[in-house]
Amino acid sequence: MSNKMTIKDKFNTYLKHPGSFVVFLLVMLAAVITFAVLIFLIVYILVNGLPHITPSLFSLEYSSENASVVPALINTVIMTLLSLIIAIPFGIFSAIFLVEYAGKGNKFVEVIRLTTETLSGIPSIVYGLFGMLFFVNTLGWGFSLLAGAFTLSIMILPLIMRTTEEALKAVPDSYREGSFGLGAGKLRTVFRIVLPSAIPGILAGIILAIGRIVGETAALIYTAGTVAQVPTSVFGSGRTLAVHMYNLSSEGLYMDQAYATAVILLVLVVGINALSSVIARKLTKA
Amino acid sequence: MSKISIKNLDLYYSDFKALKNVNLEIEANKITAFIGPSGCGKSTLLKSINRMNDLVEGCRIEGSIELDGQNIFKGMDVNLLRKRVGMVFQKPNPFPMSIYDNIAYGPRTHGVHSKSKLDDIVEKSLRNAAIWDECKDRLKTSALGMSGGQQQRLCIARALAVEPEVLLMDEPTSALDPISTSKIEDLAMELKKDYTIVMVTHNMQQAVRVSDNTAFFLLGEVVEYNDTEKLFSIPSDKRTEDYITGRFG
Repeated sequence: MSNKMTIKDKFNTYLKHPGSFVVFLLVMLAAVITFAVLIFLIVYILVNGLPHITPSLFSLEYSSENASVVPALINTVIMTLLSLIIAIPFGIFSAIFLVEYAGKGNKFVEVIRLTTETLSGIPSIVYGLFGMLFFVNTLGWGFSLLAGAFTLSIMILPLIMRTTEEALKAVPDSYREGSFGLGAGKLRTVFRIVLPSAIPGILAGIILAIGRIVGETAALIYTAGTVAQVPTSVFGSGRTLAVHMYNLSSEGLYMDQAYATAVILLVLVVGINALSSVIARKLTKA
Repeated sequence: MSKISIKNLDLYYSDFKALKNVNLEIEANKITAFIGPSGCGKSTLLKSINRMNDLVEGCRIEGSIELDGQNIFKGMDVNLLRKRVGMVFQKPNPFPMSIYDNIAYGPRTHGVHSKSKLDDIVEKSLRNAAIWDECKDRLKTSALGMSGGQQQRLCIARALAVEPEVLLMDEPTSALDPISTSKIEDLAMELKKDYTIVMVTHNMQQAVRVSDNTAFFLLGEVVEYNDTEKLFSIPSDKRTEDYITGRFG
C-alpha cells in the first residue's frame, strides 16, 4: 500500500478545509505569474530579436549600416575585468578586516558598515555624475574605459564586500580553532582555512557584481562615453553592450538591432551565471 | 617531575571569575581527567593550557602555568606553545580538504614541505591514531566524507602530526557513538606512552576507565585531585563523594 496522496485524497482534504484551498490557489497563482512574466519577457525578446541576428551584426567594425555589436561586446568584457580587478581586492580585504581582525563593538566597523549600506543605496546615475566630475574632469582622464571601470568598481564594492563578509561569517569557528590549535598564526588561518571555505559565497557576490556591470548604463554614459569602437587604450572611450543597446533604441532607427543586441546580452548573462556555477562547484569539490 | 604545573591560577571572563586559585601538577605520560558538572571551569582550564582562551574576548588570567618549568604566559611564542600542546575538540572539526591535506596542514605550518617527509608524517600519524587501515586508500578524498568517529580520530592524527608533547582532549567522545568512543579510549591509553594527555570528560565511567589521575571541579575550584582509583573509591571531600555517587550534577 502506498502512502502517497492521490489527487482525489487531496481534493477531499481541500473540500473539508476550503480556506486552505484558497491559500493554496493564491500561492500557486503567485508562483505561476512570476514564472510566466519571466518566460514572456524572454520569449518577447527572442521573437523580436532572433530574426535580426545576422552575420553583419558581428562585423568587426561598427558602422551605421551594420550596427555591429562586436566592439561593444569586447568593451563589455574589458570593462567587467577592469572593474573586478579594482573592486575585488578592496572588497575581499575589507571584509577580512571586518570579520577576522576588527574586535567586537569596534566603532570603525560600524562606520564602515554604515558607509557600505549607504553606498549600495545610491542610484547609479549619481555614481555616473560623480565619476564624470571626479575621474573624467578633475583627474582629467576624459571619457574612458578606466573612468568607467573606477566608477563601476565603487558601485560594486559594497556588494562584493557584504557577500564576502557573510561568506566569511558562515565559516564555522571550529575551523579557526582547529587551525590555531595546531600552532598556525592568524594570517595562515585566514588565507589557508577560512578564505578557501568561503570561496563559493564570495563567487556568488562576484557573479552578482558582474551582472550589475554588464547591465549598467547610466553610470557609464557619463564616464566611459558612447564611442562604438574598441579603444586603443584604457584611456579611450568605448560603449559596453548595455550602453550600445540604449543608444540604438534611443536613436529609434535601429530597434530591430536593439532587440538582437538584447538577445546577445541575455545569452551573455545566462552564460556567465552557468560558467560561474560550474567554477564554484569545481572549487568546492577540491 | 610534573609536565605541567598550574600555580595560583585565576581566570576572569570580563567580571565573572571562572577559575579560582587553581593549583595542579600534571604528570608526564599519564592521562589526567578533569571531571565536574557543566560550567565548572574544566574546559576553561584545559583551554588555558594551550592559550586558546586568548581568542576569547574579555578573558583575563592571573597566576601561571608552567610547561617543563617554563611559564607559558611569559616569553613563550603562542604558536610554538600550541605546537607543543596539541588539542582535540569536542566536536570533530576536520578542515574541508582531503584527508592527506588535513594531516599535512600542521607540519606545513611549521615549515615541512618535502613531499616524501610529508608522506611519512601522514602515514605515521594516521597509524598512531589507529585509522590508517580505514583511510589509506582514500587519502585524497575529502575528510568530510568520513563518519564522526573516523573524523575524531583524524583530528587526533592531525594533532599528532606536529609532534606535540601534550595532548589536550576536550570531551573528545561526547559527540560519538559507543563503539567509536571505545576506540578513542583505547587510543588514548595507547598514546600515553609517548604523550602527556589531559582529558575533560562528562562521563565518570570514562574517567575511571582511562585516566590515571582525576581532578574534580566545582564552581571554578579544584575540589579534589588524586589518583583516579583513590578519588573514586575513597573520596576525601564530601562534595566529590556526592558528585560521583550521582547526588548532583
